[in-house]
Amino acid sequence: MAESSLRPMNALGDTHSVETSGAHAAPDLQFENLEQQHATRVFGMWIFLVTELMLFGALFLMYTVYRAFYPAAFAEGSRHLDLALGGINTAVLIVSSLCIALAIHAARTSAKRSQLALWLLAAAVLGIVFMVIKGYEYFLHYQNGEMPVFNWTLTGAGAGHVQLFFWLYFAMTGVHAIHLSIGIALVGIMILRALLGNFKPNAYTPLEMTGLYWHFVDIIWIFLLPLLYLIAR
Amino acid sequence: MSAITLPRQDTYLNINYGIRSWLLTTDHKRIAILYLVSITLMFVIGGAAATMMRIELFTPASDLVDAATYNKLFTMHGIVMIFFFLVPSIPAILGNFILPLMLGARDLAFPRINLLSWYIYMLGAGVTLWALIAGGVDTGWTFYTPYSTASPTHVVAATVGVFIAGFSSILTGLNFIVTTHKLRAPGMTWFRLPLFVWSLYATSLILVLATPVLAITLVLVAVERLFHVGIFDPALGGDPLLYQHLFWFYSHPAVYIMVLPAMGVVSEIIPTFAHKGLFGYKVVAISSIAIAVLGFLVWGHHMFVSGMSLHAALMFSAFSYLVAIPSAIKVFNWTSSLYKGSISYDTPMLYALGFIGLFTIGGLTGLYLAALGVNVHVTDTYFIVAHFHYIMVGGSVMGYFGGLHYWWPKMTGRMYPEKWGRAAAIIIFIGFNATFFPQFILGFEGMPRRYAAYPPEFQFLNMLSSLGAVLLGIGYILPALYLIPSLWFGKQAGPNPWDATGLEWKTSSPPPANNFEKIPVVTTGPYHYPGKQDKVG
Ligand SMILES: [Cu+2]
Repeated sequence: MAESSLRPMNALGDTHSVETSGAHAAPDLQFENLEQQHATRVFGMWIFLVTELMLFGALFLMYTVYRAFYPAAFAEGSRHLDLALGGINTAVLIVSSLCIALAIHAARTSAKRSQLALWLLAAAVLGIVFMVIKGYEYFLHYQNGEMPVFNWTLTGAGAGHVQLFFWLYFAMTGVHAIHLSIGIALVGIMILRALLGNFKPNAYTPLEMTGLYWHFVDIIWIFLLPLLYLIAR
Repeated sequence: MSAITLPRQDTYLNINYGIRSWLLTTDHKRIAILYLVSITLMFVIGGAAATMMRIELFTPASDLVDAATYNKLFTMHGIVMIFFFLVPSIPAILGNFILPLMLGARDLAFPRINLLSWYIYMLGAGVTLWALIAGGVDTGWTFYTPYSTASPTHVVAATVGVFIAGFSSILTGLNFIVTTHKLRAPGMTWFRLPLFVWSLYATSLILVLATPVLAITLVLVAVERLFHVGIFDPALGGDPLLYQHLFWFYSHPAVYIMVLPAMGVVSEIIPTFAHKGLFGYKVVAISSIAIAVLGFLVWGHHMFVSGMSLHAALMFSAFSYLVAIPSAIKVFNWTSSLYKGSISYDTPMLYALGFIGLFTIGGLTGLYLAALGVNVHVTDTYFIVAHFHYIMVGGSVMGYFGGLHYWWPKMTGRMYPEKWGRAAAIIIFIGFNATFFPQFILGFEGMPRRYAAYPPEFQFLNMLSSLGAVLLGIGYILPALYLIPSLWFGKQAGPNPWDATGLEWKTSSPPPANNFEKIPVVTTGPYHYPGKQDKVG
């Protein structure tokens, strides 16, 4: 709508709103070149993960404080968790991270679109498997009366402290599950974009950012497993 | 803005028109204007609550409002002013507009995330305002457990609103950090960055590191409230003090979120209006980072009477003294910079000088409070209220108004009327001191905060404070009355009306949509004053 033509159109604000992706040849307005754009976005993802780490960090702090207050109750609470299911889920997530890494490798080495999409699909499916197993665990807790508010049947001395453990268990695994769900959705979008041929060997920034996020969610779980499942063992 | 008669020049304002072009913009300058409008609205709401409180406190009896309403008023005042005015004001308005210009960049690193952060802010503000309209909240802005999980008021909506707004802060901080790292113009090394950039960078570090802790803590409070049982519940063995620790882990650094950007503004205004470089540039730059780091180690000074071990209290006390050092360094460097300068007392400079004086009083009384014995004596009295208002209002708000006037010509292309500007600045300064200085005395004499009624012997000082508040209110209304007409009637500013250094003054006013016709190349430090003709790039 600018009536003046003092400056070339591509230097004006219109480019602000153009949907861009790594596949486009030209970088966004604020970048000199694609390398700068790529480095900036990946750096932004790292800063975002620092924020996420502080979010989980607050939960880890609460856990540490209450575990120091009530070590016996936390050990007792931990015995109510199913280590087999937790262990399987750990393996599932580690393999899913491998799939993500292989997907990025496929993008980098200009493998076929279908190959890239398959690795991503494997990661997404494994993420869903994790969620299903986690949901089953929640269901078992509900059945056994280990879910505060909804069905809590533990009584006796120290039951309140055990309930604190379960509050933290549900808070930490719940926030983790929310993050994993977002990760699965992101990978789903990446599958579509991979099939559309959005990614090139030198242009796969969104894929790399998704991968960073996925690995982060995975690593959080690696810390949750011993803190929650292995206290008493 | 349609009355432009000069040959048409392309600016970010006239590149396109219509509500859509604003609500879907990704231009950092337009987003800054969106923030300016919405944050100003929140300032008015928070100010209205404060006005009601000061009218109530004019007389000893609780006659205008009852105690319950008074509790809701100070809660609303605190929540709105802290989370929706002070935290975002300078970063999201002035920082958003100026940071890319100062760096020689065409926009922030993530323009769409920048727009998203405004929408998140609006959503958070909407939810919070709904809570306040639906019946209010009476917990105070701190949401202390266990009361916040039992209070019969709308705590959940208020905490959810603050939680949402937190993500707006986080995204803004993230954007600033990445932009400062990755989008500096050629030759713009770290020690050539203007001090406003340094202070925004330090602020952004705090935003990114501290806000998520508050966010998750408030979620758990909301959950506990919904289910009447939860993680801070003493009945289970939960610890309300843990809530206080987590809350202040954010909220003390948040003080620096609010005051560091204002310090950055002052660091820009002083060299410009003293017409000479800033004394000890590097020390001032590093002191911003030092404040951000040390600010994370002092939160316990809000809890000296809540119950903590003597060892912890001593450590927190010692760190609270330490964190004053980098702030003092800044004050000394600003005042030294005035020495032998040719000073012009334009409006921004008046605000900057006001900032230095009031912030110094706020900072020195902060040292009293860092001392354990004095702290116990004055905790929860008006001494505390006066102290943090000297920092927040005397410091941050003065800095904000100074920056707004300083960059107004850049943002709008028009000058504001200088005489009106000076008058408002002086009225605000006098009104502020009349409002809050009596509160130091009231507090020291033992008047507790957060009560609608008080013993008659405190009336004289309270009347003084309320009359001061009237003056302060007039001072705050004035800028709206002359800044808005200046959009049409102000004289053309030109690129550099203050004869300032810094890249933002190298482009036209208002800047074109892409900021610079050609990205500048930087060859000198930010406050380079060898002669008036000095050019950067
Ligand atoms: Cu503090």
